[in-house]
Amino acid sequence: MAGQTLAEKLVARACGRDTVAPGEIVTCAVDLAMMHDSGGPRRVKPILEKLGVDVWDPARVVVVTDHFTPASDAESASILDLTRKWVNAQGVANFYDLQGICHIVLPERGHLQPGIFVVGGDSHSPTGGAFGCYMFGVGATEMAGVLATGEIWLRVPETIRLIWNGHLGPAVSAKDAMLAMCAALGMDGGDYQAIEYSGELIADLDMSERMTLCNMAAELGAQTGLIAPDTTTTAYLRDCGVETGNTGAWHSDDAATFRDTHLFDATTLSPQVAAPHSPANSAPIEDTDPTPIDQCYIGACTGAKLVDLKMAAEILRGRQVAKGVRLLVAPASARTMTAAAADGTLATLTEAGAIVLPSGCNACGGYGTGVLAEDEVCIASTARNFKGRMGASTSKLYLGSPYTVAASAIAGHITDPRALIRPPVTEAA
Amino acid sequence: MSASTARGRAWVFGDNVDTDALAPGLYMKRPIEELATHCLETVNPNFSETVAVGDFVVGGRNFGMGSSREQAAQALKYLGVTAVIAQSFAGIFYRNALNLGLPVVVSQQAQHIIDQDQLRLDLGAGILENLTQAKTVDFEAIPPHLLTMVSDGGLVPHLEKRFKRTKGTGSQ
Repeated sequence: MAGQTLAEKLVARACGRDTVAPGEIVTCAVDLAMMHDSGGPRRVKPILEKLGVDVWDPARVVVVTDHFTPASDAESASILDLTRKWVNAQGVANFYDLQGICHIVLPERGHLQPGIFVVGGDSHSPTGGAFGCYMFGVGATEMAGVLATGEIWLRVPETIRLIWNGHLGPAVSAKDAMLAMCAALGMDGGDYQAIEYSGELIADLDMSERMTLCNMAAELGAQTGLIAPDTTTTAYLRDCGVETGNTGAWHSDDAATFRDTHLFDATTLSPQVAAPHSPANSAPIEDTDPTPIDQCYIGACTGAKLVDLKMAAEILRGRQVAKGVRLLVAPASARTMTAAAADGTLATLTEAGAIVLPSGCNACGGYGTGVLAEDEVCIASTARNFKGRMGASTSKLYLGSPYTVAASAIAGHITDPRALIRPPVTEAA
Repeated sequence: MSASTARGRAWVFGDNVDTDALAPGLYMKRPIEELATHCLETVNPNFSETVAVGDFVVGGRNFGMGSSREQAAQALKYLGVTAVIAQSFAGIFYRNALNLGLPVVVSQQAQHIIDQDQLRLDLGAGILENLTQAKTVDFEAIPPHLLTMVSDGGLVPHLEKRFKRTKGTGSQ
């Protein structure tokens, strides 16, 4: 028997088999189903009512409000109200209201661990793959099917291996690596298969940076993005209250068959900027025009975790946002907000002129606060810059790392953060 | 999904048609009747007003990339689009469309369809014709494991049958 990839092992476990082969259609038992306020209760409730069934196992369901939070008008208030009433009626105890973005809240509150099979009602659900879960996004009707039956069909994916060797330079981050992969492989380079990140760089990265990579597996069009768990994973999860036990089985065997292997070099990587209107329009910042900007946005499940805020703070410390530019920061979760307040990161950002928004999706998908007017230009630490995504259809959205967004906020135009990087300063006691 | 023959014009879009274009976030809290009026407006401002019931949407590679919001497929269905024909589909959109009963047709010849061509689709018979070009358009069959769900009209009617059967069996 040939070896199995991590994806194959995870799917085999979920469908109750010893092994599976790419291309097989299998039915998997769902360990956990995660939904948010946009694609969740307001969409699944009428379907479950039509079917005349309740949630198959409320203990395996997590609901997070993040898209329409906090309510900005009667419609969003009504959606949130429906969400709250539905979780009560269904007995879903794992309900996180106004606590931040689902992909960050889920691991933070101890719901993820290596080996489990998780369905998320959001396309950035591959974020959970950073913890060695098989996690992927589905639409609301598919989610209703999961809630009714506890299972879902899957075509066993092939695995595309993305190996990063070397180490990142100053002011270069996982986001830059990700944008470089979007440019190299294209928005369908993942072909709805599994991608697996590995190599020296991945071993270096903390969980926040690994989550950034797996989160944007969605931008490669992969079904999921995986990283084999290691001591970094187990230590992070222990802090979230999860004891994982032995995770040694959750890796791709040496003899496993991969569809493709792509090699990348972290050491020579420059900060990357994605021009409108696709993450695949990424290029090294040396090749990017110093485009004037109206708004800088540090937010989303991709780019507003504590580590992301610290990157921005490293650049912004003791400096001021340029006149005429607004810098909006939406910490990814309530716990991120608390931690950033406790360690001084938040004060560094606000002293530089940043406006702090409530934790949630806010401007990223155009659902909430901070959207763009006609013809406005923004650079954001988010995952997507499709036309009109952050507001008016003529607005222009660039993507970069939190370092690059912060540096651009100071300069007033798109700027290489390496010119502004300084050695970390120890905060005065 | 109806097995009967459908005729309509082709509305051709390029590669990587994204879900923000199909169902813009700015209108996601609105009911589908209103959201659908903004479908594809960032790439064709008049689309929702000029598309007719029975028409087809044609894409290149990776149609429906981006979000898992199924309103992207639902908006097309609401506007009366018969089917989406593309060289390839983003994975989540593909599943969403079939779950909602919107036919999605994978065809490597999609790129030869020209905007406003008249198309005729008989999904049951496996025939797609470009009447304007007087050509048959080859396309891939719906995967066998999805055929029952598709012929039931989508996931909800499919599950309705399943639960009816289960309940029926349970009471016997």
